Amino acid sequence: MNGFFDIPSDLQNSWAGLIGVHMREALLPVAAGLLLALPVAQLCGRFRWLYPPVLGTTTVLYAIPSLAFFVVLIDYTGQTELTVMIPLALYSLVVLVPAIVDGVRSVPDETLTAATAMGLGPVRRYLQVQLPIAAPAIVAGLRVATASSISLVSVGALIGNQGALGNLLAAAQKYDRPELAVNAVLTMAVLAILCDALLVGLRVLLTPWMPRAGTRPRPAAARDPEGALR
Amino acid sequence: MNVLDFVNAFFSDSAHWHGYDGIPQRFWEHLQYSLLALAVAAAIGLPVGLLTGHTGRGGNALAFIANAARALPSFGLLVLAVLLIGFGLLPVMIPLVVLAIPPILVTTYEAVRSVDPAPVDAARGMGMRESRILFRVEVPVALPLVLSGLRSAAIQIVSTATIAAYVSLGGLGRYIIDGLYQRDYEKVVGGATLVAVLALATLAVFWAVGRLAVSPGVRRR
Amino acid sequence: MIRIDSVTKRYPDGTVAVDRLSLDIPDRSITVLVGPSGCGKTTTLRMINRMVEPTEGTILLDGEDSRRQPVTTLRRSMGYVIQNAGLFQHRTIVDNIATVPRMLGWGKQRARERAAELMERVGLDPSLAKRYPYQLSGGQQQRVGVARALAADPPVLLMDEPFSAVDPVVRKGLQDELLRIQDELGKTIVFVTHDIDEAIKLGTMVAVLREGGRLAQYAPPAELLSHPADGFVEDFLGADRGIRRLSFFPSAALELTTDAVIRSGAAAGPAAATGAAHLLVTDADGRPLGWAAREEATAGDVRADRLLPYGRPFTPGADSLRVALDCAVLSPVGWAVAVDGDGRVTGVVSQQTIGEAIRAAHTEGRADTEKAGVAE
Repeated sequence: MNGFFDIPSDLQNSWAGLIGVHMREALLPVAAGLLLALPVAQLCGRFRWLYPPVLGTTTVLYAIPSLAFFVVLIDYTGQTELTVMIPLALYSLVVLVPAIVDGVRSVPDETLTAATAMGLGPVRRYLQVQLPIAAPAIVAGLRVATASSISLVSVGALIGNQGALGNLLAAAQKYDRPELAVNAVLTMAVLAILCDALLVGLRVLLTPWMPRAGTRPRPAAARDPEGALR
Repeated sequence: MNVLDFVNAFFSDSAHWHGYDGIPQRFWEHLQYSLLALAVAAAIGLPVGLLTGHTGRGGNALAFIANAARALPSFGLLVLAVLLIGFGLLPVMIPLVVLAIPPILVTTYEAVRSVDPAPVDAARGMGMRESRILFRVEVPVALPLVLSGLRSAAIQIVSTATIAAYVSLGGLGRYIIDGLYQRDYEKVVGGATLVAVLALATLAVFWAVGRLAVSPGVRRR
Repeated sequence: MIRIDSVTKRYPDGTVAVDRLSLDIPDRSITVLVGPSGCGKTTTLRMINRMVEPTEGTILLDGEDSRRQPVTTLRRSMGYVIQNAGLFQHRTIVDNIATVPRMLGWGKQRARERAAELMERVGLDPSLAKRYPYQLSGGQQQRVGVARALAADPPVLLMDEPFSAVDPVVRKGLQDELLRIQDELGKTIVFVTHDIDEAIKLGTMVAVLREGGRLAQYAPPAELLSHPADGFVEDFLGADRGIRRLSFFPSAALELTTDAVIRSGAAAGPAAATGAAHLLVTDADGRPLGWAAREEATAGDVRADRLLPYGRPFTPGADSLRVALDCAVLSPVGWAVAVDGDGRVTGVVSQQTIGEAIRAAHTEGRADTEKAGVAE
């Protein structure tokens, strides 16, 4: 497997450098998506009727292949990293809005009533009661968004080598060096798993009130936030 | 707006409606790839999800497998598969199936786990066999959530099946890839629109299936 | 007969839910298992249909070890009713009830007819047949649960706190229905509850279990009330045990007097001689109207608007001494009014007389093991 880490020079980067670019291209959009999703979810929560059309629109947007998005944006933002990151932010938004809405909705009515009776206004309730309880669902959404983001960045390779580690895939085909493709797939997989683990750790930190896996059995009616989304 | 002009131009060009590169042909190819991938993923994901959901065991293993599968990049898997197997349908199916299994598997597991234990206990007390309990009591109640997992997987497949074009196969991805290389934005936008249409159609199909298959007693909850 | 023979349930972590329990459950009667949380009553019930397997001991059904037959066959021969009914939300009411018959191979038509029959028996309106569980109230859902358990006509009915999740008014209705159904069908019912009053009302035999799954006392309810085995049972029975026990004394033997009863419009006559402060006035049919002051009655000056309310009447023979006492206590003049089945006055009796009758009944130990009427 020599040549595994031998990056072709036309990619203008070392392996570690590619990882850095990839992480930037993948994670910044997720963060942007989260920032945008919070207010949108809040609106959907407040105005129930908004949710179904928003859900329908986002599902359709999610279905549109990333490549098509990239191509359309080339006219506006050229063949740059930004072209890749904008659609990725949109995809993150698409995953995170339902996650936040579901999470906030899972707060029991009695809890909210108690909070209101204690005199917490709507904003305080949202920030101090609903979001913390919704945290597991939100983190679950972040895990899905991050995994798909890391995966989709590679498609950027098709528009002027903006795919970071994805560029290795194109190079593998061009130079007939399968080990580069293996490198790309494995590295992206490991990065995704690492980010996933970090997010799980984040959830554990944020929710000291939740029973840990393997302690007492959870009531069958409770929904485990993971996987209850896409 | 530019994009809408493109859409208009693409669909009004009658040449686009005929022949091997015509819309009906590409649409049909895309549909075939999607259905095949969904069928395979469901054939694997549904039984495993139902079984682990009913027995309650294996939840952790499931979560691990699902996360691992999610971490694998579809595009990367496609290129790797092609390099190792060569061109054809199989290297395209692999990333699609890998992509679709986690949502089906995990959602089905969760759906069965979250069924109210009281009717299950009553059924057991009545002397129902375990398999009967799963299919006659748990599944009908878990159905809405199971369908949502399948729907989610279907949408992801429909979107990602465009990669088939990258390895010289057909489908709606053909328009996008060709459009990219030919600098023909009409095609790209047209292809994307068709994918969106197919996605909407998928939503509609699942909605109809839900209305038909889900008992009115469950839908109300 | 169901014989629970020295049964123990010990869990892997060491908790003993049931400790060497031995009980003989007689056929065709209601046996209630009652006790505080953690006393093993539900565990015991679930061992009868092997939802839980005993760690030690055996359960014999008519002499045969319950482990002999395949567990699904065993369960299909027993009705099982749980709290919150556990109805199949995806099936209509009629299909819910028809579940076990269908499992046993009955044809769809026959099963549905049986379901309709049972709906009537448990007091459900036939129009509910095609509805879904979410459209029914809690009490109605519980009735469906009972109907479902009775569908295949099992000889044994296991009921695990079936009425605990409904409000007291509905609960009373369901309890009365159960007693009525039992009168008609004569099943062997094992009933679990944490409510001692429910146990006393429903049980032919009551087993009081203490924490740790040990038997404290197994006796008919009247005996439980009059001779609790120890301090725990006494505490569990609660206060006013004596008053509650009065439900078991019949009122048929009460000495009524008709002297203080007059028809309206009639002269006071012999009634005036009794010395009673008030006289009961009835209408031409003999139905009670109210109490009049003796002076007014003798003067022939009975005015309808000046009558004191006669309160609640009791029916000797059908009602217990407790009911009679309650009527007397509630009456504004301290006398209870006795009526027959048609509501016609058969006499009146003072609180004092009732009190003497209670003392006499206690002394003579003349308590029925069957309840003398509906227990309050």
